[in-house]
Amino acid sequence: MGQWAGYLQLILEGALVTIKLTLMGSVLALIMAFIAGLGRISRLRLVRALATAYIEFFRGTSIFVQLFWAYFVLPLLGFSLTPLQAGVLALGLNVGAYGAEVVRGAIKSIGKEQYEACIALNFNRWQSLRHIILPQAFVLMLPTFGNNAIELLKASAVVSLISLSDMTFQAQVVRAQTGSTLMPFLTILVLYFLMSSVISFSIRNLERYLTRGLDGVRS
Amino acid sequence: MEWDWAFVIEILPTLIEGVKITILATLLGSALAAILGLGLAILRRSKNPLMAKPVGFLADFIRGTPLLVQLYFIFYVLPDAGITLSPLVAGVIGLGLHYATYTAEVYRGGIDNVARGQWEAARACNLSAFQTWTRIILPQALPPMIPALANYFIAMFKETPLLSAITVLELMNQARSIANFNYRYIEPITLVGAFFLVISLVSVIALRWLERRYGRIEER
Repeated sequence: MGQWAGYLQLILEGALVTIKLTLMGSVLALIMAFIAGLGRISRLRLVRALATAYIEFFRGTSIFVQLFWAYFVLPLLGFSLTPLQAGVLALGLNVGAYGAEVVRGAIKSIGKEQYEACIALNFNRWQSLRHIILPQAFVLMLPTFGNNAIELLKASAVVSLISLSDMTFQAQVVRAQTGSTLMPFLTILVLYFLMSSVISFSIRNLERYLTRGLDGVRS
Repeated sequence: MEWDWAFVIEILPTLIEGVKITILATLLGSALAAILGLGLAILRRSKNPLMAKPVGFLADFIRGTPLLVQLYFIFYVLPDAGITLSPLVAGVIGLGLHYATYTAEVYRGGIDNVARGQWEAARACNLSAFQTWTRIILPQALPPMIPALANYFIAMFKETPLLSAITVLELMNQARSIANFNYRYIEPITLVGAFFLVISLVSVIALRWLERRYGRIEER
């Protein structure tokens, strides 16, 4: 039993790396989602084309390939990344591309009358986006952002293959040291499930908090 | 390091061997996900809470945990219980099971979209539960789901590189072994990326066509 406690600690150390990776990746993904999502609806054709290229590229190739590319090919082009940096970069850019479509969809779904009201109030484009459109659109984005964050958490298991000691990697270490397979893998499955439950729970609460007092106002 | 076309031509036959396995795994995994997903969706609608609740929890659990860990679980833990699977079979089961939890939600949405009157009419005509499902509900529910299902099969296709972690010799694994053997990463990994990008762009066009042909599920 005392032996298992040691191995459990090893897995929990990996869990910390997974959490760190998920948080940092989510922040990068959120930033990229807004940059690319707003880029998609820009009035400048060049910006639109760049945003579309980014989205299609990162949604079209597999996260696995992107991670390997970031870790093995970028150093050859002169950018050396630690496994953690490569992991955050690949996860953030990949999920950010999915998030960008969410941002665009939510902004497009805001009713025309809101835009007309902005014009009537003589808001410029930035003001109407900042004060009228985004506050309404953000609430619509939240549930899908939550799903994207869970996808990011799940995709983070892939970084174990570029020797970053996350939870999956540590489970493999425990398997190699003890020969036991059920204990390490079942433990991390439960831990991953707990983490994704925490994400969906907190997103639901955040959504409730942001929409308080809006019952019946929102369509 | 420079891009070397001669090396590209040299490694292409090996990569194509990997492509075959990748496509095979995607097709088998999709078929399994389509069937298992329907089963999950129907069981989850069961009136018996002892059936619906555990199935629902299992589906949520599988959807909330990484495919890679599930693959390890199938490949490393099941042999201890006396079930030894070849890497490809383990991979197909993993892919199929994981995506079945997603397709189950698509099926659920499609089934909920069938009007209540259809259920009542089936009952009025004295059809059995089996007849109601196969003759009345599914023929109406399935066509609008096709684009959404296809979307998940494309997503599954992009996750097949994970099978290399359980030693399936698909495209990514072939590329990695070439890269490790020759110590050249640029060409193999970039080619794999290019291959996935091309297939994805083509499948986006195919998906648009499916959406026009069968309609988006949420617009009904």
